[in-house]
Amino acid sequence: MKENNKKAKVDLVSKADHSLLTCTGEWSLHSITDAAKKLKTAIRQVPDQSRIILDISSVSELDSAGTILLLQFINAAERSMNEIDIVGANKKHQIMFKMYKDQIHDKPTKKRIDNILTRLLIKTGKTTLSSLNEVILFVAFLGESVTALLFYIRHPSSIRFGAIAKNIEEAGIRALPIVALTSFLIGVVIAYQSAVQLEKFGANIFIVDMIGISVTRELAPLITAIVVAGRSGSSYTAQIGVMKLTEEIDAMKTMGFNPFRFLVLPRMIALMIAMPLMIFLADIMGIAGGMLISKLQLNLSFSEFIQRLQNVVDTKHLWVGLIKGPVFAWLIATVGCFRGFQVSYNTESIGRYTTISVVNAIFLVIASDAIFSIIFTELGI
Amino acid sequence: MTKIVVKMENIVTRFGENLVHDDVSLSVREGEIYGLLGGSGSGKSTLLREMIMLLKPDSGSVTVLDTDVLNLSAREAETIRIKWGVLFQSGALYTSLTIAENIGIGLKEYTDIPVELRDDIVRAKISMVGLPEYAAGLYPSELSGGMVKRASLARALAMDPSILFLDEPTSGLDPVGAEAFDKLILALRDSLGFTVVMVTHDLDSIWTIVDRFCVLGDRKVIAEGILDDVMQIDHPVIHNFFKGNRGAIRSKAQYGK
Repeated sequence: MKENNKKAKVDLVSKADHSLLTCTGEWSLHSITDAAKKLKTAIRQVPDQSRIILDISSVSELDSAGTILLLQFINAAERSMNEIDIVGANKKHQIMFKMYKDQIHDKPTKKRIDNILTRLLIKTGKTTLSSLNEVILFVAFLGESVTALLFYIRHPSSIRFGAIAKNIEEAGIRALPIVALTSFLIGVVIAYQSAVQLEKFGANIFIVDMIGISVTRELAPLITAIVVAGRSGSSYTAQIGVMKLTEEIDAMKTMGFNPFRFLVLPRMIALMIAMPLMIFLADIMGIAGGMLISKLQLNLSFSEFIQRLQNVVDTKHLWVGLIKGPVFAWLIATVGCFRGFQVSYNTESIGRYTTISVVNAIFLVIASDAIFSIIFTELGI
Repeated sequence: MTKIVVKMENIVTRFGENLVHDDVSLSVREGEIYGLLGGSGSGKSTLLREMIMLLKPDSGSVTVLDTDVLNLSAREAETIRIKWGVLFQSGALYTSLTIAENIGIGLKEYTDIPVELRDDIVRAKISMVGLPEYAAGLYPSELSGGMVKRASLARALAMDPSILFLDEPTSGLDPVGAEAFDKLILALRDSLGFTVVMVTHDLDSIWTIVDRFCVLGDRKVIAEGILDDVMQIDHPVIHNFFKGNRGAIRSKAQYGK
C-alpha cells in the first residue's frame, strides 16, 4: 500500500545561519503521529535564539490536527526566542493557520498540588464534609416526609389510596413467590445443620424449638427485608431517579403536586403494610421447610412437629418478628426514595445511587435488627 | 459537475403499517449546506438516521462518500463513521464525561496522536465554536441549552469530518442564539470546506445559510433545489410552509411580493 508516502514527515537540516525543516506528506489526523514525535525532538535539536525556516510547500493535505501541531511547534520555537519563517504556504494552508492561530495560545498554568500529604488531607476533608452534608440532607428528607405524613393525617381525603394499592401489589404481592422460596430454603438449611448436631445428643425434638423461634423472631423478618431491599428499594431509587432526570419531578412541583405526597408516602405506606404480611408468609414457609427436613432427617412426623410447636413457641416470638416489619419497610422505602432524589443530571448516577441505596438499606436493616435484639433482650421478651 | 457526497435513491420506509417514505430520492453535493425540510412527522429525521446508519430503509439505496452504507462490513462501517460528524437534536453529549472529554473521545479512541496535541485540538475546537475556556472542565448538565449545542458541534467537528449531519441544530435556541449558530456553521463550512446536511424547520436558517434543500411531504420529495426554484413550485405543502404567516413576512422582505 502507499500508506507510507502519505505519512507526514519532517526533515531537519542544519545550515550555516539557519535550520531548515521540510515538511512533506499528508498532515492529517491519522498520519501525523510520527511527525509529532519528530517535531518534539527537533525543537530540542535546534539551538535557541536561532533562525528556523519551516517549509510546508510539499504538504499535500493539512487538517486541523496538522495545523495545530505546526502551531504548537511555532509557539514552542518562539518561546525559545527563535526566529521562525514559514515558507510555501498555499492558500488553503493560510486559511487554516489563520483560523487556528488565535485559538492556540499558551496553556493556562494549572495549579497542581503535588504533595501527597496535602492531597490526602484535601481528600479527607472533602469526603468528611460531603458525608456530613449527606446526613443533613437525610434529616431534611425525613423531616419533609413527616410533614407530608402529618398533612395526610389532617387531610385523609388526600391520601393516595390508589397509588398505595398499586405499590402494595408491586412491592408486596409480586414479591411473594421469591420471599416464600427464599425463606423455605432458609428453613431447610437451618434444619439440616441443626439436625446433625441435635441427633448427636438424641435431642431430636428440640429442632422444633430451634426452627420455630429462630425463624419467627429473626430469620423470616431479616430474609424478607433483604429480598425487599434488593427488589423494591432499588426500583424506588431508579424510578425516582429517572423521573428526576426527565424533569418529571420538577413538573410535579410546578403543578403543585408535592413529590412526597405523591411519590414517597404511597411507597412508604404500601411497604409498611405489605412487609408484616410478607414476614408472616415467610414464617410459615420457613417452618414448613424445617418441618420437611425434620421428617426426612429425624423421622419427626408432621403432627408431632406441630404439636410441639404449639407448646413451646409462644405467640410473642411471632409478634417480635412481625413488629420489625414496618420498621424495616420504613427504612428501606426512605433510603430508596432519598437516594432517588439525590440522582443528579447524568445517567451514571442512577446506577451509582441504586447500588448505594441497596447497600444502605441492607446495612440499616441489619443494624436496626441488632438494636431490636438488644431492646427485646433487656426487656426480657 | 460537482461531486455528489450523499445519494439516496428510491427510499421506502415503513414503521409497521405506517408508510413514511414512498420512493424518496435526493442527492447532496460536495461543499454545500443542504437542508431537509418538511412538517412534523414528514420523516426528515428518519431520512437523516438512514444516512448515518442508525436505521435501515425497507428498500432503496443510500450512498455516502461513494460507499454504499446499507451493505457494509463492520470494518468498513467504522472507516466511514469517522469521516462524518453528527449533531443530535438534544446534543446527546455523554453526561458522565466533561465537555473536553466529550470532544476528545473520538481522537482518543481512533488516533494515536500525542496527548498534548489532543488537548490542544480540543481547546481549539472549544474556542472555535465560541465556548468559553472554562467550559472544558464542566459536565453537560452544568451547561445551558445553547452551550450544549455548541459543545456538541465541537464534538462533531473534532475529527475534521467531511460531512456534518445536523438534526435541527437551532431548535430550542432563542432567535439571537439561533442566528449566531447558523453563522457559526456557515463560517466553519467556508473555512474547513465540509458538506453540511441539516434537518430543519427554522425558516430563518433556510433563508440565510442553506444552499439547496428538499421539501418532504406526502411521503415523497415535493421539491429539491435552490430557494428560488422551490418557491416557484405550486404545491400546498410549499404554500403552507413559505406563505403562511411566518414565511410571508420573509417572502415580502426578500421578493417584494
